[in-house]
Amino acid sequence: MDILQTVKIAFRGILDNKLRSFLTMLGIIIGVTSVIALVSIGQGATAKVTEQIQSLGSNLLTVNIMGRGANTTLRYDEAMEFANSPNISAVAPVITGNITVKHANKNSSVQVQGTNGDFLTVRNYQLSKGRFIAPTDVNMRQKVVVLGSQIAEDLFGLVDPVGQEIKMGGQTFKVIGILESTSSMMGSNEEEIYIPITVAERLLQTRGVRVMYIQASSQDTVTLATNEISSKLSRIFKDNPDSDFQSFRVFDQTQMLDTINQATGTLTMMLGGIAAISLLVGGIGIMNIMLVSVTERTREIGIRKALGARKRDVMSQFLIESLVISGIGGVIGIVTGFLLSRGIAQLMNMGVKTTYSVVAVAFGFSMLVGVFFGIYPANKASNLKPIEALRYE
Amino acid sequence: MLISFDSVFKIYKMGDTAVHALDGITLEIEKGEFIAIVGPSGSGKSTLMNIIGCLDTPTEGTYTFEDKDISKLNDNQLALIRNRHIGFVFQSFNLLSKLTALENVELPLTYGGKKGLARRNRAMETLNSVGLGDRLHHRPTELSGGQQQRVAIARALSTDPPIILADEPTGNLDTRSGREIMEILKELHGNGKTIILITHDINIANQAERNVHIQDGKIVKDVKVVG
Ligand SMILES: Nc1ncnc2c1ncn2[C@@H]1O[C@H](COP(=O)(O)OP(=O)(O)O)[C@@H](O)[C@H]1O
Ligand SMILES: [Mg+2]
Repeated sequence: MDILQTVKIAFRGILDNKLRSFLTMLGIIIGVTSVIALVSIGQGATAKVTEQIQSLGSNLLTVNIMGRGANTTLRYDEAMEFANSPNISAVAPVITGNITVKHANKNSSVQVQGTNGDFLTVRNYQLSKGRFIAPTDVNMRQKVVVLGSQIAEDLFGLVDPVGQEIKMGGQTFKVIGILESTSSMMGSNEEEIYIPITVAERLLQTRGVRVMYIQASSQDTVTLATNEISSKLSRIFKDNPDSDFQSFRVFDQTQMLDTINQATGTLTMMLGGIAAISLLVGGIGIMNIMLVSVTERTREIGIRKALGARKRDVMSQFLIESLVISGIGGVIGIVTGFLLSRGIAQLMNMGVKTTYSVVAVAFGFSMLVGVFFGIYPANKASNLKPIEALRYE
Repeated sequence: MLISFDSVFKIYKMGDTAVHALDGITLEIEKGEFIAIVGPSGSGKSTLMNIIGCLDTPTEGTYTFEDKDISKLNDNQLALIRNRHIGFVFQSFNLLSKLTALENVELPLTYGGKKGLARRNRAMETLNSVGLGDRLHHRPTELSGGQQQRVAIARALSTDPPIILADEPTGNLDTRSGREIMEILKELHGNGKTIILITHDINIANQAERNVHIQDGKIVKDVKVVG
């Protein structure tokens, strides 16, 4: 059997019958397109998050405080005691609350975060304009505010907000800086606004620090710092070391990466899996058409057998045809999936990454579908008795 | 002996009734013969030819081809006989409509394992020999009936089989094309091929050397043609 010749003839058959071939391939095309698009977007998101987390530096610790009973938070001064440790170079406690900001006739409901000057370094944020909260702002309870880029645009439009004033909770704040936008799975900073933590305590009428960003003095002291923070917080919240319950949690970047990678990995797998099901449905479409084709071409099969075709010749002819259909469908699907994922990523401003392995897996899977769903019709064709096939009208 | 039938029956069961398409045929054909099997429509000629060509099997009796009992051969061995030893020519041509004349003629060569240029050249050579060297890339629908039947003959000849089986090869043709086909068959016989021709037309049968008359699945007369 001459494979090249069979492939050539299969291609011609496909061209002779363009609409039907296209409809047959459609299932595979849609399946491969969705596998490629969804997995590319999933992996793009993962890559972006990973990159962002890594850009935070590996010595960032995030402390979340859940608390115990009525004792649910930490005071600012308690939080700042951590800064005395030689293993810790910076501490940025955060107090959060929702509030309405006003400027001129514009209103916006936002999350306001009270923090100190170390926040910028610890979170590795950049300013696009002005300055960040300074220690004196915290000490003197200055009513100053740093805006995320989106909220700045919402309130001020094209006007330069630095030096302008906004109102929150009936008080007037002076805008001192604008953050350069970054967004990640940890959230975007575009809609956030920052004020001195001492001001936030009064404005939000809370003393409660629930989140702290802490920078270990070096990569080597991350574990020491983590242990130190843990033991101190255990004492404050009276956690029982034998109990599973913890009133706080300390994450370092590796843990954070692991957690997020696990989550996005699962998500990517799930999306890919769902898309793979549509590939299977596409395979059933191929089988359907191949069965029709075997019936339509019964006489052809009879002629081929009369000319000396063996079972395996007929078998491989039909298998190759179904492989050519699924292979072309796979290639078209890879191209459309690639383009689609780029389009979506562009529109929604997301990361996108198409790896060779997903392309290989998607193509391999579509070929597998071709073989799997081609075998039954091909076998049926090869088992036709020559005389019955020849007599078929 | 090339072909030998020993009380061969082919019985089709249709509900309660059984049709004896072949009803105890005993027949021998020697290498190099030009034999016509003659009989009215429905007498069992095609059934006989299909069994000779290893496309079908007898219900009873033995068919020996080159001293081999056909019933003992497997599918692949039968395919090999069809490919190497027998060339079929059908009444309705049975060309593959999606393939060109050349590709149709290449098919048996492909199944015989011939590759590339050797295959192409051999197919061109046979098409030339039936006078279609200028129609290599035409599809069957672009050819006349006589030309299509000549492509079919070229296809039957491509693997150079010793036997040509032709079932009413002129049945779908006008008189002139029919005569051309008969001339080709005679010429092939002259070159040493065994020709088995099936026809209901006694005038055509008389162009062979031997006539086997069958009726209702039985041989009623087996005569040498003198002339
Ligand atoms: N597959 C079949 N099933 C049932 N009857 C058949 C079949 N093939 C042939 N026959 C019957 O066998 C007889 C001989 O048929 P056939 O060999 O085609 O005759 P011929 O070629 O001489 O016209 C006919 O009566 C025909 O109806
Ligand atoms: Mg007949």
